[in-house]
Amino acid sequence: MTAIDSPQLVIQETKAPPGLLRRLVAQRQAKVGIGLTAAVVLLALLGPVLLPLVTGFTSTEFTGRPFQPDGLFGTDNLGRDVLSRFLDGGLRLLAYAALATLLGMVLGVLAGMTAAYAGGQVDSLIMRSNDVLLALPSLVFALLAITVLGPEGWVLVAVIGITHAPRIARVTRSATVDVITEDFIRAAEMYAVPRWKILVQDVLPNITGPLMVELGLRMTYSIGAVASLSFLGLGMQPPTADWGLMINENRIALVIQPWGVILPVLAIAVLTVGINLITDSLARAAANANVGASK
Amino acid sequence: MMPIILRRLATSVLILLAVSVLVFVATLLLPGDPAQAILGQQATPERLAALREQMNLNDPVWQRYLTWLGGLFVGDFGVSAASGGPVSALLGERIGASLVLLAAAGIISIPVGLLVGTYSALRRGRAGDHIATGTSLVLAALPEFVIGIALVTLFSTTVFTILPSVTMAPPGEAVWNYPLQLILPTLTLVLVVTPYIIRMMRATMLEVLESGYVEMARLKGVPERQVILKHALPHALSPVAQVVAIQLAWMAGGVVVVEFLFRYPGVGQALVDAVTNRDVQVVQVLAILIAAVYIVVNLLADVVGIVTNPKLRTGGAR
Repeated sequence: MTAIDSPQLVIQETKAPPGLLRRLVAQRQAKVGIGLTAAVVLLALLGPVLLPLVTGFTSTEFTGRPFQPDGLFGTDNLGRDVLSRFLDGGLRLLAYAALATLLGMVLGVLAGMTAAYAGGQVDSLIMRSNDVLLALPSLVFALLAITVLGPEGWVLVAVIGITHAPRIARVTRSATVDVITEDFIRAAEMYAVPRWKILVQDVLPNITGPLMVELGLRMTYSIGAVASLSFLGLGMQPPTADWGLMINENRIALVIQPWGVILPVLAIAVLTVGINLITDSLARAAANANVGASK
Repeated sequence: MMPIILRRLATSVLILLAVSVLVFVATLLLPGDPAQAILGQQATPERLAALREQMNLNDPVWQRYLTWLGGLFVGDFGVSAASGGPVSALLGERIGASLVLLAAAGIISIPVGLLVGTYSALRRGRAGDHIATGTSLVLAALPEFVIGIALVTLFSTTVFTILPSVTMAPPGEAVWNYPLQLILPTLTLVLVVTPYIIRMMRATMLEVLESGYVEMARLKGVPERQVILKHALPHALSPVAQVVAIQLAWMAGGVVVVEFLFRYPGVGQALVDAVTNRDVQVVQVLAILIAAVYIVVNLLADVVGIVTNPKLRTGGAR
């Protein structure tokens, strides 16, 4: 289960040149961001494991009467333990958001690099299709897909990934266009290196800066989108424990049982703010790397 | 300049058409057909056949698409599968209500964003700047419903109980007759949108303040107040106008969650209800409607960009 979330961290470690990472970590803001993000990610990953030890209940078990102050944070509208549901509710949100971001990155980077490198008709075809996808607000696109296909997990991942792709493709394309005029690309072409190899070996390492920033940004939006859809009752379905769904279920009782809402809201807030702090620092680190290159 | 704008306009129309095809094709993927959805599982074959005939479901797909598209133009939005009534009856008041919300949020967030951004740029590196950039960085990260719930906890339930957290205008009455109920939804949208305007305004203003003509004006001895108001601000506004438009366009989609949260009787609430009921006809119309607003506002942003940017005014855009 933990494997779902690790690819993203692995990418962060292997793709980024050490210079970028070192410049990132040197910023105080980034340290705070990493701390906040790590805290929530750990909570989400370890929550389900620690659940039996901490509370002794599963997240869907009825432990008492509704809205009783039993346990640390009381019970929810159906008499389930709020803390148990909270501990169990983060992993799926994180996994879906990470998968959606990954899908968006793969699609977007592929489309963007192809458009930039192929040029001409292929370029305009890809970019015009992008424009069409961008004309539907992502939430509306997601709602449309959910109406037709139903609120399944893979629909959420696919639809959020697809709405990310055109935005990532734009960034990738403009970054790639800057790189492919460089001499080392021409040299590689002269040696008749296959195109895909040029893109993977020569272009990709040179556009990691903007891509990393985009990755962070998209991760923030993915978390927001998955949580929002669950909050609307159109994402994760009951009785699954999920932070977004918990907020929806418990907000009616905000007056008598605020914890069911406050805990997940806090967790989502800390997580998105943490990632945003990292992304902002990343953008600065990446910008410092190529001073003079562009702007 | 005119040809560029006209070309941009033509592109927008094409994109809108492509979106309409996309939205229409989505219906075809649905198991069963609209007639079945309206009449339910127990419908007799005769009634199904009659309704299919009435809704032109026996026509070829492209003909149905054209009829549907033509209907959109004359306000014939089809029949709601959930209520059985025409879709247009559902939407009339809701469009107005949503526009009120969007307009209120826009009117507040634009000047606030511009002012705070400028202030922050002028105080670069000092306490005021740090507070403004820090706050906007945090707010920009938060999903809209998180901000909304935080406001509800703060002002309606747990900390203070001074503002209503749901909109409860009786049906048929206009939402703006209950201004108190508008405060929290509007404030939520403002808090979501303003940070982006602040950040863009600050960045542009910093760039402008370091430019040659501002330095020149200062060297000439122009009073600082005038340097900022007459020389710096006008040049900073045009890039910011685009960000403002993008934020307004974003609100067309973002309003969905905010309306759901506050039970605000607008288009977004209708969309969520329609999705929950799998009422495809309504979802289609609303998706097109929101996309149209989104495209028009983006078009306006580009036009503003073209008109204010001398480079784009003369050369080929993009």
